[in-house]
Amino acid sequence: MAKKSIKIRAKEKGGVVTFKALMTHPMETGMRKNKKTGKMYPAHFIQEVTVTSAGKTVMTAYWGGSVSKNPYLSFKYAGKKGDAINLTWKDNTGASDSADSKVK
Amino acid sequence: MSISTKRRTLLKGTMGMGSVGLAAAAGLLTPQAVLAAWNEAAFKSKSIDSAIGGAAAHSDKIKIKAPDIAENGAVVPVTITSDISGTESISILAEKNSTPLAAEFILGAGAESTVSTRIKMGKTGAVVGVVKAGGKLYANRKEVKVTIGGCGG
Repeated sequence: MAKKSIKIRAKEKGGVVTFKALMTHPMETGMRKNKKTGKMYPAHFIQEVTVTSAGKTVMTAYWGGSVSKNPYLSFKYAGKKGDAINLTWKDNTGASDSADSKVK
Repeated sequence: MSISTKRRTLLKGTMGMGSVGLAAAAGLLTPQAVLAAWNEAAFKSKSIDSAIGGAAAHSDKIKIKAPDIAENGAVVPVTITSDISGTESISILAEKNSTPLAAEFILGAGAESTVSTRIKMGKTGAVVGVVKAGGKLYANRKEVKVTIGGCGG
């Protein structure tokens, strides 16, 4: 996978961290047809996203092909400034990528 | 619109091939050994009840933020907030999609019960938010009108 396919932004305010992430991924459902060849595009989508902060898993997301291309994920959790964050995704072809960031 | 209508018909036809063929194709494409936790049956199921593993009780404590009219069905921003105490997971489903389950979020340590993402919607229908709390399922829905492919309106 290409470098920097994941963008993470996490900001702390009043003990609550707002986490936002964008991933670069085609998210093919496997039901779309290539008009030129008449063949179906094979399914290729992220299945599992895990976000850990300060060593704890704060979010596990299981996705299907119905999540939009270049998926966006946002949620809030209790945390503090400076905590290390890691996001890891795995797709249905077995590929994976991860990115590290820090709470600001 | 006529092109997209045809496309829908085609999709339905393909889906109707039979679950055996579909399951076999899915098996080839999905290395399940690597991703044991991903619930394939739920993501492949075609009805909401079987995707979430049971009937869910309606709850107004689940708030769904989604546009009333989505111009582009490929990118529909959805935010689901649950005020139910002890929320364990939040699932997002698009009722009219051939496989309704779009995403399931398992809340971890300290996570608040709010998630946002963007989903695809094949056509106008309800976005259903399902919350699992204390072993029970709760659901709420919101109608989203989809005007596919920038027909303009």
